[in-house]
Amino acid sequence: MADGGVATLPRAVAPGGASLKRFARRRSTIAFLMTLPLIVVIGGLVAWPAGYAMYLSTLNRRMTSFIGLGNFEILLDSETFRMVIFQSMFFAITAVILKAGIGFWLAHMLHHIPAKGQRKWRGMLLVPWVIPPALSTLGWWWMFEPTYSSINWILNIFAVPSVPWLGEPWWARTSVIIVNVWYGAPFFMIMYLAALKSVPEQLYEAAQIDGATSWQRLRYVTLPMMANIISITVLFSLIVTFANYDIVRVLTNGGPRDLTHVFASYAFQVGILAGNIPRGAAVSLFMFPILAIIAFFVLRGVNRRNREEA
Amino acid sequence: MSKNGMSRRSVLRNGAGVLAATAVGAPMVHAQGTAGSLRFAFWDHWVPGSNDALKQLATRWGEQNRVNMTLDFINTTGNQLQLTIAAQAQSRSGHDGISLLPWDPGTYADQLEPCDDVMQRLTAKYGAVNPVAEFLAKRGGAWRGVPATSGTQAKPACVRADLLQQHAGIDIKAMWPAADRAGPGAENWTWDTFATAAEACHKAGVPFGLPMGQFTDAVDWVGAVFLSYGARVTDEQGNPTIRNNAELRQAVDYLVKLSRFLPPEVWAWDDASNNRALISGRSALIFNPPSAWAVAKRDAPQVAENCWTVPMPGGPKGRFLAYLPYVTGIWSFGRNKTAAKGFLEFITQRENCDFISTFGQGYDIPPFLSMSDFKVWETEGPPVGTIYNYPLKAHHQATYSIAFSPAPPELAQQMYLQALNTKVVARIAQGNESMDAALGWLEREIINMRRGG
Repeated sequence: MADGGVATLPRAVAPGGASLKRFARRRSTIAFLMTLPLIVVIGGLVAWPAGYAMYLSTLNRRMTSFIGLGNFEILLDSETFRMVIFQSMFFAITAVILKAGIGFWLAHMLHHIPAKGQRKWRGMLLVPWVIPPALSTLGWWWMFEPTYSSINWILNIFAVPSVPWLGEPWWARTSVIIVNVWYGAPFFMIMYLAALKSVPEQLYEAAQIDGATSWQRLRYVTLPMMANIISITVLFSLIVTFANYDIVRVLTNGGPRDLTHVFASYAFQVGILAGNIPRGAAVSLFMFPILAIIAFFVLRGVNRRNREEA
Repeated sequence: MSKNGMSRRSVLRNGAGVLAATAVGAPMVHAQGTAGSLRFAFWDHWVPGSNDALKQLATRWGEQNRVNMTLDFINTTGNQLQLTIAAQAQSRSGHDGISLLPWDPGTYADQLEPCDDVMQRLTAKYGAVNPVAEFLAKRGGAWRGVPATSGTQAKPACVRADLLQQHAGIDIKAMWPAADRAGPGAENWTWDTFATAAEACHKAGVPFGLPMGQFTDAVDWVGAVFLSYGARVTDEQGNPTIRNNAELRQAVDYLVKLSRFLPPEVWAWDDASNNRALISGRSALIFNPPSAWAVAKRDAPQVAENCWTVPMPGGPKGRFLAYLPYVTGIWSFGRNKTAAKGFLEFITQRENCDFISTFGQGYDIPPFLSMSDFKVWETEGPPVGTIYNYPLKAHHQATYSIAFSPAPPELAQQMYLQALNTKVVARIAQGNESMDAALGWLEREIINMRRGG
């Protein structure tokens, strides 16, 4: 019986079992199974919320009927929202340019400090980046506070009149950018420092032998060698800065007169506080095409340079 | 093991049973013949220990009705309560009942259990409900919750009586004594008198601390000024009434002029800035519940001793008092709605409203107009009687109000939360726009808000 069983069973299940084994051993199957957790995470935490936000943005205020692109049309008709678009662009572009410039300068300074001292400076300069922004922004708010600003107190000691940091539109815009730059510049610094360290020293030596000035070394050696990392960091920072919420929320709450609102803070005000979730979703989705266009051009530049180098 | 009558399997089976019973039915531990359990989320009161009033009432009611009560207190800092409400409404799960902010009953009306039966019994007992609470808590003819005592506030003037007497020559304590009568000169407590006093105090270096930003304190007092002048930006149907609106122009013009006598930073003030201005002794008057005075009592007693709460000034169309009610709603997806209604009815009984208000040092105003005579407003001090005139009384000849009413609540909510009234003033006073340009902007914003259902 036992022999017979052993002899007949494989014959009966062999075709199915073998094909299952083959299927399980296929590289594509293994690859799929190994990436499945990631697919689930991306599907659940990225694709589904994004899709749901798109769906919400097509509903009316009570979320009872489909109005297509009606919310986007209404938003574009609103002066306040057009101003939010301007402010978001102004905030993100100005802040990223400043962060990149300051980060680049700091990276160069650090690069020329001997390794032992460099570590201390690197650690200290990274502090703003590691403090949770909501907390550090609260600290800045105390410094800018309309009535009891500590910065104004210091200015007054030197007979400089108080600055309406958060009360006057352009000062408020500047304050928001200052805090964002303070928080984000260390990220650029550390990225650029890593890139600087990877530039072969021989290139500088060769340039020096050819009589290149320091400006020419920067222009023709450093910048081309760092072009890709600059592009990627700028793109990454643009995305993060465009989506910034906490700094505006804590510092100005969008005021005065909505002039410091960015997409995220305005979306929260319209969607959650004013109870119009579909329109809030539409506000937040406005970032998507803008960032997609920027990402397309930046990544195309990176690919082109990679092809040229290869 | 098995020899003792206990096998490994039986231990595991019994253990799993105990665990399941603990996890699934933890609140039902005492549930033999009980009415189940209730979980409520209330606004986390700023007055230390004030939450204890609700805790004690919940314990008492739970024992009487054999219901296991769980109370969570969620604060509004960082909009935590608003986010919790939105998340629970979206996921259709969470507490049985929750504190709703003033405009929330309308926003979530479809997901809130009508409480008409409870309100019918309560109004039969205590009379009319505050009209603002009714405006906010009723949708489609049904009560979407029970107006709450805890957290509900009005925003009369908290005056530094000494400074107003010294710089503006107004004896505010005599004008509004701690008694059920108006004193001499109370009829002159108008916005015109107010502007003259504001100018005098501004010159003396103790300007009135009136926020002009986008937070509720600013929207509320500016809203009361609008109503005092009869200035409406829409009619009851939500149609803009801005063109050729003399009252609106008069109110805006008044506010633009008044803003010249305020601290220059008021455009960036939040809800705490006016409190700080009063407590630090830099300001002679703010519009606020007694919270600023209560903090001054602790941190600056010399300031608190000179504070006196009085009604808002009146205008050509009457005297209005800004009022912000909390409403406790019961989710339609809650599990124990009958018990939840019973609990809300219990905490809205007169003696329990009194209990809650006393715990909150008089901060909380009950929803029924007949409940404006609690002892706490007579006895709190120093000075004794300082908040006697905090809730609206008959001799104030005033009406409770909320900015942008009587516009349809859905529209009023958006106008309120986007602070259209303070922004239109700011556009002229700070942005140097003409009256016509600013009012044109206001009309276009309202038209846009009405679109999209």
